[in-house]
Amino acid sequence: MLHVMIRAVPGDPASIMLGPRASAEQREELRHRMRLDEPAHVQLGVYFGNLARGDMGTDVVSGRQVTTIVGEQVPHTLTLIFASIAWAVILGIPLGCYSAVRRNTLIDRITGVLSVSVIAIPSFVMALYSLLIFAVALKWLPATGIGDEGFLERARYLILPAFAVGVSWVGYIARVVRASMLEVLGETHVRMNRAFGLPEWRIVFRYALPLAILPTVTLLGVGMAYLLSAAVFAEVVFARPGVGALIVEAVGSRNYPVVMGCVVVTTGLFVVATALADIINALLDPRAREGL
Amino acid sequence: MDSDTENVLEVRDLSLDFGSPRGRLHALRHVSLKVPRGRVVGVVGESGSGKSTVALACMGLLAANAQVVGGEILLEGRDILRMNQDELQAVRGRRASMIFQDPMTALNPVRSIGTQMVDIQYRDRITDSEKRKRAAEMLGRVGIPDPRSRLKAFPHQFSGGMRQRICIAMALLVEPALLLADEPTTALDATLEVQIIKLLERLQSEIGCSILFVSHHLGTVAELCDDVVVMYAGEVVEQGTVRDIFGNPGHPYTRALLECDPGRIKEKTRQLPTIPGDVPDVLNVPPGCIFRDRCPRAFERCASESPVAHGAAGTAEHLARCHLLDGNSEGA
Amino acid sequence: MSATETTMTDGVAPGEEPGALKQFWRNLRGEPLGLIGLVLVLLLVLSAIFAPWIVPYNPNEILVGERLAAPSAAHWMGTDQLGRDVLSRVIMGGRVALLVALASLGAALSIGLLLGLLAGFGPRWLDNGLLLIFDAVRSFPVIIFALALVALLGPSLYSVIFVVAVTSIPIYARIVRTQTLAMRNNEFILAERAMGAGMARILGVHVLPNVLGPLLILASMDVPLIITLEAGLSFLGMGVRPPTPSWGTILNDGYSYIRNSPWPVIFGGLPIVLATLGFTFMGEALRDIFDPKLKRDL
Repeated sequence: MLHVMIRAVPGDPASIMLGPRASAEQREELRHRMRLDEPAHVQLGVYFGNLARGDMGTDVVSGRQVTTIVGEQVPHTLTLIFASIAWAVILGIPLGCYSAVRRNTLIDRITGVLSVSVIAIPSFVMALYSLLIFAVALKWLPATGIGDEGFLERARYLILPAFAVGVSWVGYIARVVRASMLEVLGETHVRMNRAFGLPEWRIVFRYALPLAILPTVTLLGVGMAYLLSAAVFAEVVFARPGVGALIVEAVGSRNYPVVMGCVVVTTGLFVVATALADIINALLDPRAREGL
Repeated sequence: MDSDTENVLEVRDLSLDFGSPRGRLHALRHVSLKVPRGRVVGVVGESGSGKSTVALACMGLLAANAQVVGGEILLEGRDILRMNQDELQAVRGRRASMIFQDPMTALNPVRSIGTQMVDIQYRDRITDSEKRKRAAEMLGRVGIPDPRSRLKAFPHQFSGGMRQRICIAMALLVEPALLLADEPTTALDATLEVQIIKLLERLQSEIGCSILFVSHHLGTVAELCDDVVVMYAGEVVEQGTVRDIFGNPGHPYTRALLECDPGRIKEKTRQLPTIPGDVPDVLNVPPGCIFRDRCPRAFERCASESPVAHGAAGTAEHLARCHLLDGNSEGA
Repeated sequence: MSATETTMTDGVAPGEEPGALKQFWRNLRGEPLGLIGLVLVLLLVLSAIFAPWIVPYNPNEILVGERLAAPSAAHWMGTDQLGRDVLSRVIMGGRVALLVALASLGAALSIGLLLGLLAGFGPRWLDNGLLLIFDAVRSFPVIIFALALVALLGPSLYSVIFVVAVTSIPIYARIVRTQTLAMRNNEFILAERAMGAGMARILGVHVLPNVLGPLLILASMDVPLIITLEAGLSFLGMGVRPPTPSWGTILNDGYSYIRNSPWPVIFGGLPIVLATLGFTFMGEALRDIFDPKLKRDL
């Protein structure tokens, strides 16, 4: 499926490269250099051939290797994404669990309404508002940049962006966990646990929750798409380096090789994420191991 | 009452409602039954007769919308219905244990068999390896081959029949005075059913616990049980020993059930006999005998007066609630 | 998916009962969030339609003396860095948002309908091929895909509409495809075909009514995403070109001056939040009312 995606987008460089450039001669020169005067399928072949060798082409503006340019930014984006997942999971799972076990209490109802609402709020609006409130108005946290060297420094600068990206997911995860827990708690094996007099907390934490969490893992794998999108905005709003900031800048300056590179890398991250989700699922769920 | 120590379980005049969007469903009405020490008592009836509800009530495992409106359930003399959560927990999985209908969903899929069998022994002050040893022993007794290594396996690696054996092993591992079995063979095919019943028979005589065996399969009940209680639409209509019920059924419903049981049909017929009509709605319980609408021998008294228990042919414990057995009535 | 079941319970049935509208109102009253959503949506739609008449100022008029003013009686939402009245810009921005939504929905729905029908009724290979493309587009990070397309087309209102439409098509196409496939082997369809009914008739009479309900519900749930995408692209500078006001561009302008005045950012984000919440609540309520089967605890 993703191969189709990869194939589909590179179809564009054929026309991308023919985009508006300085003068006719420059265009001709560029075209020749990029072998654009050769038929489309040859171009594709060349691109993938290069790709396989790890070469994503050269940045038209700076002349540096696209691979290097993009590669430099990947770790920053990854850090942001992991921190966001951490936020979402640390808040979401307990909330969902609590909502399921104590149904229709105030917390459950509030969580319910909030999760529907917060999901709807776009991530960049969330980012801007949290920037406004926590960094500009209250001045609790730094506003932009990633901070100097050092784990704590970096972490401080990470809190707000990760929060902005992860918070809408808190509601989502809470909903899923709640629904999952409710389903699990109604199943026969939980009844059997009760029939054996196991204390309720033990049933919830040792038997119900491990089972109810499983859908969350798959969800996170699939949700990587949303996270990557949100990361783009977060990087722009909080002026952090990363693949998102890079692609925005590249699109703005019509830097097509870099744009292409970013797209390819994002696709790659996405594939890895889904695969990782599958692996984690297998680790947690003995039934899934058979399939591997 | 001196019968307290003789009866492991005594249900006295239990009435229970379920709240539903349509109103209160009177699921159980004045149900009484006894399970003496060391005996196997079967509860038979169609779906909707309330038999599973009785079993679940005995463990306090009913859904949140269930409300007891009267009666007592005495487990070894103590009323389950008046217990708080802690007292219930002390009793469950110690004095009484339960096996359920569907083995495929009865075990948690993400914990190994060994973990689950060790966890249910959480109250015992012995080492974990001791607990595993006991678990493996029990697995062996129920016929799981190579039990020691199978402890590490997960439920989905076992077939349905094996899983039910594991559940039985767990239920008996805690050495209960009473084993409640809610249709344990309904989800299994006939061959497996026979095996499980034979297993239960053997274990029951070895261990000596009492069993409350809920089922709609008459053949199984006849095979396994000492006493039988027949339920219909939330009421007990007849009870007695196995011989009484199967040899001299006193209640028209019991008779009809027996006639309809495919296992008992002697002559070749084209159509299996059924009891005409439907099970009555327990939302609005009509006055009089609950079986009146489907009874071939109903008469005027049946419509107005609910029958009390009368003695029926056979042993002294054989009772049936039918006006026809009342010596004073002018029955048809 | 049992297509025959949905025939009876989807949005088509209520029209046949007397007092259906009353029934609908009663159902809607049972969903308080839905009512709030409806109100918000109406607010947006009405303000968008009547925008030119209700704006207090010309949204592009620069009032140099009043840059970055806080909210006041003269300017309910304050002014931006060029002294333009934010309220007027917000109202006009609503127009843009709605325009994009309608245009892209229109395109996406029609193309999606077509593709879905094709996938459902056409040959296997076409179905498989289309499915692959649908899945690929749908699962990809939307904004990255959108940015790539914008890189191609250059930023403008039309690019935004195009991009949004393209990303939405797979959702509708999928539903149409599922329904079509289900109907394809349905008994009374086979009977009709045996009687010589043409493809068009089958599609028009049987597939369409079944599909319309879910499509409309999906569309209303999709609007928040569309609004978000448009605003997002505009915020990044990839969408609507200045000086046209879009909620996203208001935010962008406000962001640059966030330390000077928080108000443009606050008021730029507010309509987005209200609009997305409004459509989401309304969409969920509609879904609960008309087709509880679609309900998943998402």
